[in-house]
Amino acid sequence: MARFVLRRLVGMVAVLFAVSVLTFLIFNVIPNSDPAQRIAGKAATPNLIASINEEWGFDNSLPDQYVTMMKKVFSGDLVSYFARENVDERIVEGIPATFSLCLGAAVIWMFFGILFGYLSAVRAGGLLDRALTVFAVAGISIPVFGLAAIFLIYLTYKTEIFPSGEYVEFASDPLEWAEHLILPWITLAIVYVGFYSRVLRSNMLDAMNEDYVRTARAKGLGERQVMSRHVLRNSLAPIITLFGLDFGALLGGAILVEGIFNINGVGLYAFESLKNVDLPPIMAIVLFGAFFVVLFNALVDIAYAWLDPRVRLGDSAS
Amino acid sequence: MAAEANAEAAGDSPWLLAWRRLRRDRVGLGFLALFVLIVVFVLAAPLWANQVAHTSPNKTHTLEKIEVDGEQREVVNREGKPIGPVWLGAGGKFFLGADGRLGRDEMVRLMYGGRVSLFIGFASALITLLLATVLALLAGYYRGWADAVISRGLDVIWAFPVMLLAIAFGISLAVGGLQIGPLHLSGGSIWIPILVIGGVSVPYIARPLRAQILSLREKEFVEAAVAQGAGPLRIMFGELLPNLTSTIIVFFTLTLANNMLLEAALSFLGVGVQAPATSWGTMIAGGFDLLTSAPLLTVVPSVMIFLTVLSVNVFGDSLREALDPNSKLRLEAHAGFAEPEGTAV
Repeated sequence: MARFVLRRLVGMVAVLFAVSVLTFLIFNVIPNSDPAQRIAGKAATPNLIASINEEWGFDNSLPDQYVTMMKKVFSGDLVSYFARENVDERIVEGIPATFSLCLGAAVIWMFFGILFGYLSAVRAGGLLDRALTVFAVAGISIPVFGLAAIFLIYLTYKTEIFPSGEYVEFASDPLEWAEHLILPWITLAIVYVGFYSRVLRSNMLDAMNEDYVRTARAKGLGERQVMSRHVLRNSLAPIITLFGLDFGALLGGAILVEGIFNINGVGLYAFESLKNVDLPPIMAIVLFGAFFVVLFNALVDIAYAWLDPRVRLGDSAS
Repeated sequence: MAAEANAEAAGDSPWLLAWRRLRRDRVGLGFLALFVLIVVFVLAAPLWANQVAHTSPNKTHTLEKIEVDGEQREVVNREGKPIGPVWLGAGGKFFLGADGRLGRDEMVRLMYGGRVSLFIGFASALITLLLATVLALLAGYYRGWADAVISRGLDVIWAFPVMLLAIAFGISLAVGGLQIGPLHLSGGSIWIPILVIGGVSVPYIARPLRAQILSLREKEFVEAAVAQGAGPLRIMFGELLPNLTSTIIVFFTLTLANNMLLEAALSFLGVGVQAPATSWGTMIAGGFDLLTSAPLLTVVPSVMIFLTVLSVNVFGDSLREALDPNSKLRLEAHAGFAEPEGTAV
């Protein structure tokens, strides 16, 4: 097990390195305009551009430039020239709000995703299955920002049922915290509920044809037990993988939802920086987001290996 | 697919069988009809603009007055609020009202914006499928180091949240344009979002395709082709590719749907389609400032995107069902494929 974890962590570091190189290439090397000018953004003056050129070492070799950029991001002295503030500090400030948003949405989408997927699979072909399918396909076809806007128009501005987003700290008032996050949670969850329920449904339908299900029935288990203990449990693995990736990606900021509901998290920071064409924060947030995807992916793999010895044995054999 | 092509018993071609199954699928055909309707709607843009509304998508009417049911009304009032939908009250002008302070005709913009959204969806989906197919064929056919290089490369792209990757490319290119050899794109070109969206979606298609090629490659027909002395190109494009056709068709529809959502999200954030070009995504962004006073400016383009993507998704699913009823290849069968996360949040 320890060897597997080690191997997986080394792999993770390798991917993170590749990710950082790609980010560097996108922002600094793409053959177009002067990178210093882009980093300076709208505030660009000849003086600023000259000083950025020097500070970032755009005259040096590419590996040098890469090292400079990474140093800036990780030592915490990356600044946004447009907003004149420290990028890393702003990202750290945004983490509680982003985390609250993601965690609540994740609870909702996992609960309903699994419930709907299970019901669909058990009643495959029936009326309930069809209704849930319509809901799921509609869910994955909705542009999230359109849905968020419609919620805001009809549930906040016109009827004032829900407050208009914004983030209230959990510590200051847990009730307000939840009330302000309900709409964003639902908005975010709807898309995933559709997708997860479809994944689970098809996995369960495949699992129902497996031998162990026939065995379970043959030994006289009730239908409900067969479904929940055997079929469902064995169909959850891909859902967990997906969840790791999605949750990791969301921690990098739910840019649209945070932007629209004005939730002061990492996503809102990205949203504002995009409006201002302010590149350094975006560069850092891209790295930050990719970091969580890679991390959660590795965590999921390690969890699998722990649960299922075949995974780690298979890996060390290869 | 492969299994069906071998099953000559019925005597009909697999395409004919698929068509028969598709013909019976009322829901799928209904949504296909909806999609065709939307395409006709956006294609009719110049007709509506010239013959009915007598304006163009970017023409401003800020200080003008129009006659609605015999009553003079300002297109944009003194507070900057645009006129709402007048339907046919002004002979088709400002059918859906004006789009904001600039007083542009919302209906005309909706039709032209739809052209851009659909065009980007199609063009980027073609790019995605083309790149993904070639990469998957190379990786699946040569295996070994070619596969290792391609797969690891795709892994790196896959490690980014799609949305963030597209944003990174989108903003870098929108600021400075793109210059590779003779190819020059200015920052405002709609080919930039097309290339970005087409590119970032590649791993989601290439991975499942590669897996399918790896298993196809072990089949007897490939062995037979090798025995006949067929070269790599013939095996890849003459033997393997035809067996992937139905998969590729299905993936195309799913990619189209996903890419349209991604385009809308990027344009909404200002890193997709750049003004003066208009897409449904930029229209939603534009309407957002008037969310309280003119909510329809946001709702209408959102609903158009939803209906288009929904029709493509439902029809795509029917198509899969018809082409390959036994396939495990589904919208949801591949972890990571068609993940809404990329386009959505």
